[in-house]
Amino acid sequence: MMDLLRSIGISEPVLQFMLVNAILGLSVYLTLYTGMFSLANAGFMAVGAYAGVIVTQNLQLPLGVGLIVGMLLAGVIAIPIGLPVLRLRDIYLAIATIGFGEVVRIIILNFDTFASTITGKTVTLTQGALGISGIPKMTQTWHLILFLIVASYGIARLHRSRFGRAMTAIRQDEQAAANMGIDVVYTKNVVFILSAVLAAAAGVLKAHLTRTIDPSDYGFNSAVEILTFAVLGGTTTLIGPIIGGLVLTALPEMLRGLKDYRTIVNGVILLAVIIYLPGGLANPAVWSRLFKRLRGGRKPINTGDTSL
Amino acid sequence: MNISQQLVNAIWLGGVYSLFALGYALVFSVLGVLNLAHSAVFMWGAFIGLAVVTQLGLPIWIAIPIAMLAAGAIGVLLEVVAFAPLRRRNAPRISQLISSIGASILLVNIAQIVFGTDPKRFPQGSIPTETIQGLPFRVTPIQIIILLISVILMALLQYLVMRTRIGQAMRTVAFNERVAGLLGINSTQIFQITFFLAGALAGASGVLYGLAYNSMTPFMGDAVALKGLTIIVLGGLGNIKGAVVGGFLVAALETFSIAAGGSNYRDAIVFGLLFFILLFRPQGLVGQAQQNRA
Repeated sequence: MMDLLRSIGISEPVLQFMLVNAILGLSVYLTLYTGMFSLANAGFMAVGAYAGVIVTQNLQLPLGVGLIVGMLLAGVIAIPIGLPVLRLRDIYLAIATIGFGEVVRIIILNFDTFASTITGKTVTLTQGALGISGIPKMTQTWHLILFLIVASYGIARLHRSRFGRAMTAIRQDEQAAANMGIDVVYTKNVVFILSAVLAAAAGVLKAHLTRTIDPSDYGFNSAVEILTFAVLGGTTTLIGPIIGGLVLTALPEMLRGLKDYRTIVNGVILLAVIIYLPGGLANPAVWSRLFKRLRGGRKPINTGDTSL
Repeated sequence: MNISQQLVNAIWLGGVYSLFALGYALVFSVLGVLNLAHSAVFMWGAFIGLAVVTQLGLPIWIAIPIAMLAAGAIGVLLEVVAFAPLRRRNAPRISQLISSIGASILLVNIAQIVFGTDPKRFPQGSIPTETIQGLPFRVTPIQIIILLISVILMALLQYLVMRTRIGQAMRTVAFNERVAGLLGINSTQIFQITFFLAGALAGASGVLYGLAYNSMTPFMGDAVALKGLTIIVLGGLGNIKGAVVGGFLVAALETFSIAAGGSNYRDAIVFGLLFFILLFRPQGLVGQAQQNRA
């Protein structure tokens, strides 16, 4: 299996980042699926990564403990953030969550100096702009595959539950969902927390792959990158963001021959997908429509697709 | 802390910020979308201005209008490539936001290849840098020129939007595209004009920002992109006067928090403000209540 991947330019480290990004894709998929345009994932990823690393490096505990602490902390932080912020819609929500991400980044950046002035002792926990280095490389490929499978299974079960149908209803029409007795505030907040927990898990796992983390890893650009995974793959099905995360990570590696131009590819892909493939790569409706158009059939009727 | 010095800094920086944020606000008011590629156009404006000075050897006061025209053209290109196809499909506003992110990635990466990633500077002697004597604060001629150009451009924009036929058409399209169509207004053209104006404003602020700090990289847009967002949220999204007020407010907040010794926290203060404004006054400080909240 690994040999086959290597032959198309995917080495084991690349595969590991592909899997991490698939998990991140799932995290942003949850909020998008419920009709919330949140860009807070990079911030929660930072929370998870720093909490997890402090547990494994400073307290010498195993990765599993770090993972749980990171996920719990992100989940707890998501509650007071989500309650007020999720009242906002589309662009307003996007801007507010961008603001949240930046505040998280700046808090981590200045945590040490701030804590030092308060306690009167020298605190070195987040190590400012330098970041933490020398993190033990604890994440194995099978950890990532297992986590991705468990997370996908969990979300697939969620979709089939009463709660999952509430998510769909809110995405279609929030007002109508509320009128049918769906607790919109509760559903949105739980989804936001789940999304934060997944992002934090990806953050912990990724930190133990890259072995160094610093606040600039989790800025606005990172939030946008995570968003592109879900948009590219499509947010109508669970498979979409996974494919998006895998493809967008693998592609620059496979296109290494293009040298300087490969970074342009991400921008071109994002533009092309959003314009020509609404609903992403993994949207069956789009493929059949595209196929019909290629065969020279009649122009497809706009079905009022509410997907991105 | 020298209050008059901080006020001077806040005023000229506010001019640049307002000019930049006006482009965001203009596009949002007419089309109802956020153009996140605006900061990339800003960066291109700065580099085009630089190229005119260094490659063609022209003085800076000619470089500014050329950069504005070129940045305006980039703006129109953005509208044609990244916005118009989505609008024709009736795609949600969020899709347009995402496609503007794609366009922004593309523009920044092309700039990296064309201009390289090292910081570029205006050549020595092309801008006056000696401070004006006999004042209780430090101010350079270039800072005064920056403020003057900003104010002139803002006044011109206000005149264009409120007093001309084009401005009237823009306001009609902003009010309701269908009504505008019934009145015989070519909305496609108005959208392109809007993007041209927004691009030109971004280009002007890019050159001025480049002059002020005299260091340009393809990533210089990042520094203002989120500040611009904060400014238009402060002013109420799509509110043109609000964007001007917001620009000066954010600049003041920034310069005074640096002067108070909190340079590490200045961004946290700005974004914290953004967060709270959105929660408690999403219509902005000067706007009226909207229907955009759940």
